[in-house]
Amino acid sequence: MPFFPDEASSIAPHVDALFTFILLTCLFFAVMVTLLAIYAAFRYRRSSPNEVGDDVEGNTLLEIGWTTIPLVLAIGMFAWGAVIYVNFRTAPKDSLNIYVIGKQWMWKLQQPNGKREINELHIPVNRNVKLIMGSEDVIHNFYVPSFRVKMDVVPGRYNTLWFRPTKVGRYRLYCSQYCGTNHAEMTGWVTVMEPSDYAAWLSDETGDVNPVSAGEKLFTQLACVTCHLSNGTGRAPSLNGVYGGRVPLADGTTVIADDAYIRESILQPKAKIVAGYQPVMPTFQGLVTEEQILSLTAYIKSLQSQPVPAKGAGVLTAPAGKK
Amino acid sequence: MAVTPKFPEKHYLNQTYGIRSWLLTTDHKRIALLYLVSVTFFFFVGGFFAMMIRLHLLTPDGYLLSADTYNKMFTMHGVAMIFFFLIPSIPAIFGNFLIPLMIGAKDLAFPKINLLSWYIYIVGGSLTLYAMVTGGLDTGWTFYTPLSTVYSNSAVAPAVVGIFITGFSSILTGLNFLVTVHTMRAPGMTWFRLPLFVWAHYATSVVMILGTPVVAITLALAGMERLFGLGFFNPAMGGDPILFQHLFWFYSHPAVYIMILPAMGVISELIPTFARKKLFGYHFVAAASLAIAVIGFLVWTHHMFLTGQSTYAALAFSFLTFLVAIPSAVKTFNWTATLFGGSISFDTPMLYAFGFLGLFLIGGLTGLFLGCLGTDIHIHDTYFVVAHFHYIMVGGAVMGYLGGMHFWWPKITGRMYPEWLARIAAFILFVGFNLTFFPQFVLGYLGMPRRYHVYPPEFQVYNVMSTAGASILAVGYLLPMIYLTWAAFYGKVAGDNPWPATGLEWKTPSPPPTENFEVTPVVTWEAYDFHNRPDLGLDEPTGHPAGGGVVPAHGHD
Repeated sequence: MPFFPDEASSIAPHVDALFTFILLTCLFFAVMVTLLAIYAAFRYRRSSPNEVGDDVEGNTLLEIGWTTIPLVLAIGMFAWGAVIYVNFRTAPKDSLNIYVIGKQWMWKLQQPNGKREINELHIPVNRNVKLIMGSEDVIHNFYVPSFRVKMDVVPGRYNTLWFRPTKVGRYRLYCSQYCGTNHAEMTGWVTVMEPSDYAAWLSDETGDVNPVSAGEKLFTQLACVTCHLSNGTGRAPSLNGVYGGRVPLADGTTVIADDAYIRESILQPKAKIVAGYQPVMPTFQGLVTEEQILSLTAYIKSLQSQPVPAKGAGVLTAPAGKK
Repeated sequence: MAVTPKFPEKHYLNQTYGIRSWLLTTDHKRIALLYLVSVTFFFFVGGFFAMMIRLHLLTPDGYLLSADTYNKMFTMHGVAMIFFFLIPSIPAIFGNFLIPLMIGAKDLAFPKINLLSWYIYIVGGSLTLYAMVTGGLDTGWTFYTPLSTVYSNSAVAPAVVGIFITGFSSILTGLNFLVTVHTMRAPGMTWFRLPLFVWAHYATSVVMILGTPVVAITLALAGMERLFGLGFFNPAMGGDPILFQHLFWFYSHPAVYIMILPAMGVISELIPTFARKKLFGYHFVAAASLAIAVIGFLVWTHHMFLTGQSTYAALAFSFLTFLVAIPSAVKTFNWTATLFGGSISFDTPMLYAFGFLGLFLIGGLTGLFLGCLGTDIHIHDTYFVVAHFHYIMVGGAVMGYLGGMHFWWPKITGRMYPEWLARIAAFILFVGFNLTFFPQFVLGYLGMPRRYHVYPPEFQVYNVMSTAGASILAVGYLLPMIYLTWAAFYGKVAGDNPWPATGLEWKTPSPPPTENFEVTPVVTWEAYDFHNRPDLGLDEPTGHPAGGGVVPAHGHD
């Protein structure tokens, strides 16, 4: 009967070390108090029915002592935990980005090249992996005990979760936020592979639709293309080269065009207006699924390498849309 | 004690007869008994659901219940136990019965409002029961949105309305206690002569009054979203599902202290009584209750470290969570120190106090792993959490509740329970409890998530242990239920003060007369002082040799 699951990520040994530290500290206090209580129970057991105890009020020095010592230890635990947590929340820049959609009751995952999986995730060993996660319906939670990491997957926003797997193998994946009837069956496997195996697996065509071409098709179907002209002369800004860059906004601030910004711009176009454009874009809330948003994002991302055209000549006078 | 105690001829139980005399009573003691009956009913309802859960988890593939039924079982177990058993249990039964007696008052400040709060509890409880019977409830007791407001097919609306209504019962009880403690103390009963049970209930009442309205509003918003489609929390309508969690935990974390503070108050009565010694560091224990009540309001997002909330918020709330652990530690040390130099007996209430001490220690310390950001990443939403809060709620609150039940049963009924049977039951409970919940810590660290109706086969061993423990635990709960009921009618006559204990409630007959005291008592002694109380009929001073590791008091009072 094991007490610790596999340690298969870079963060796992840190979590286990902190756990062990807290455990030993707690054991010390628990054993001490228990032994003292047992000792006192025998040493001071009642010897005659009418006996009474000593007349003692308390001791201020003792009170100060047993307030301060636990406080110092607690602050130590807090600080150690804080270091691990901040690291856990800060994804390295060179991460392999994988998109995750949670829905009742399955995980849909998408590799950077568009390869899709359900309830299975393949990743290379010793590579930073960042999951960008959204939900189609209720709150879920992506949990891999062997990696010691989990993060809620919340509808209406993207949460990210990063880790670096350190051991080749297959590890259980759970939904750990209760999400309705088959919550317990919203499970799967994470397969950590040698980089060469991963590359081979990744290039193995399985007939998946490329998200970039799916996104391009949607871009036309949803008529995005009628305003977001690529040469910048449309009622809305050209999207070429937008992804990952800074976008100046009408209120004078700028925003990084990341996944969350693109998602928000599709669903709530009036939340952030690009400088120089009018807020004429309609919302696509309820018209596109989370997966379609991912495809659109993939397409917009693919426009990366092309030059950024200047704003269209007519935009300041003609009615203009977002972006 | 050589004289055989006599049962009083006239007391609150036989003052008047008939169903009307109970349902229209404004006597705080009778209302306490009304609560006792209704709260016990909900305890066994919740216990039945718990038994179903444990039986179902005997095998990894879930042989007993469907997924939906299992989800309803754990949801309704949580709802029944938290809102209808744990929150009202000690305050509404013992607080109601004892606070006026302990401070030398005839009743609570607002006797009719006291009765009203019981009726509100009954209305809210009936509505929730109706929800359980007609559609069940499968959202988890936490009602997380949008699952509860949009996706659930169960009877969420009536349940939410029921809990909303019940909240007012809590608010009114808290208000009643606060006003009573402020205005109705007997002559000589200064604030620092109050039993710590009263201090604990004072702190609890503050939390009830400030916290409960927030959960009422939260559930009202969730109810409106579900019934009328108003988009407060549903992201598809522009709402924020995480907002619900902030509002919900703003109450529901302090609610944990509503459940545990009164139990701590009970323990602070039991230990001095059965060690026949003043509680060590009275002022610090009283202040710790208030500190828990105040800091307890500032830790709520530690339930939400992994929702994607800002890193800075997580840091602040983790720090505050560690702070709130300190007053509980201080209490534990003071209880332990009280034992030194005492004259300790092992009557059943004291066995429960020892049980509480051990289990609360484990429950409290395991909270550190969850409040700590680095370890919470792994054990959040696993069985580790389930084990932790059952150690606090069952190991702590229920042990305190049963300890208090045995301690005050002679006062409530005028009769003693069978001592040896009670000791055996306490032992069975302790063993059954640990066997049920300790394996769940291991399950949690191994990564078994909560609320799973099926689970990977490698977790079965620990689940079987847990289910075996639950069966023992069930026996441990049924025994007191049976012998306490028996004792109420056929037990040995207890007399005014069978232990003896120092509180005012023991200076009136058992059971007490309707008006509590024939003449208003005057308090001339300090709390838990056995040394200046010739009326207790004990030897004086102590027979223990000096020393024993305890330094005499200095520095306060």
